[in-house]
Amino acid sequence: MNWAEFFAMGGYGQYVWGSYGLAALILILNLYLPLRRRKTVQRLLREFLRLKEQTR
Amino acid sequence: MHKYASPKFFYSLAGQLIPWTAAVTVVLLLAGLYLGLFVAPADYQQGESYRIMFVHVPAAWMSMFIYVLMAGAGAVALVWNIKLAEIFASSCAPIGASFTFLALATGSLWGKPMWGTWWAWDARLTSELILFFLYIGYMALQASIDDPRRAARAAAILALVGVVNIPVIHFSVEWWNTLHQPASVSKIGTPSIHPSMIAPLLLMAFAFTFYFVAVVLLRMRNEILERERHTTWVTDMLESKP
Repeated sequence: MNWAEFFAMGGYGQYVWGSYGLAALILILNLYLPLRRRKTVQRLLREFLRLKEQTR
Repeated sequence: MHKYASPKFFYSLAGQLIPWTAAVTVVLLLAGLYLGLFVAPADYQQGESYRIMFVHVPAAWMSMFIYVLMAGAGAVALVWNIKLAEIFASSCAPIGASFTFLALATGSLWGKPMWGTWWAWDARLTSELILFFLYIGYMALQASIDDPRRAARAAAILALVGVVNIPVIHFSVEWWNTLHQPASVSKIGTPSIHPSMIAPLLLMAFAFTFYFVAVVLLRMRNEILERERHTTWVTDMLESKP
C-alpha cells in the first residue's frame, strides 16, 4: 500500500484527517480532564484534613 | 439495590470497572479504525470522504443516547431522590456536549466537500445544534445553583423538557426535506449499506459506548469524592493512601 496515497484520501485528506484528529482530541480531553480533576480533588481534601487536625 | 446505589460501594465498584471498560474501548477502537481506514473500500459516489462517517455517525448516536440517559437519570433522581442518579446525570452532560460538538464539527467537515457548504439551516443540523445548546444550558443552570441537590433538580427538569428534541432529530430527515441524507443503518427492509462499511461503523459505535462508560465512571468518582468529603469513609481512605 502507498502511504502518500493513503494520507491523501483521494483528495479529501484535510477533511478526513481533520475529522479523525478532532475525534482524537475530544476523546483525549474527556479522559485527561477528569484525571486531572481527580488529582486536584484529592490534594484539596488532604490539605483540608491536615488543617482540621492542626486546629484540633 | 440499596447497596449498589450507595456512593461508597459505587466508588469502589467504578474503580474496578474502569480498567476493563478502558481495555475494551482500546480493542474496539483499533479494530474499528483498521476496518474503517484500511479494509472498507471507497464509496462509489463519495470516494474516500465517506470515511468521516465512522466518527461522525457514532458521535451523533452518542450525543442522543447520552442525552436520553441523562434525562432518564434526572427523572429517577427527581422521583426517588437517589443521589447516585443525580451524580450520573451531571457527569453525562460534559461528555454528551462534546460528542454533540464532534458530530456537528465532523458533519461540517463532511458537508464542505460533499454539499459545498460548511453549514445549512436544515432540520437535522438545526435540531442537533439545539441539542448542543440544551447540554450547555443544562451545565450552566447546574453551575448557577450552589446547593448540589437543588441544582440537580432544576437541571433534571430542563433535561426532561428538552427530551422532545430527540425524536425531532431522529425523524427530521423524514419529516422535512433536508440536505442531510436519511438513515441508512436503521432502515427497515432493504439494507442500504454494505457489510464492509457497517462493520467498522458498529465497532466505532461500541468503542464510543465503552469509552463513555469509562469516562463517565471517572467523572462520577470525582463527584462522589467531593460530595462525600465529610464522611468517614472518604477521610479514612484519604488518610490510608498517602
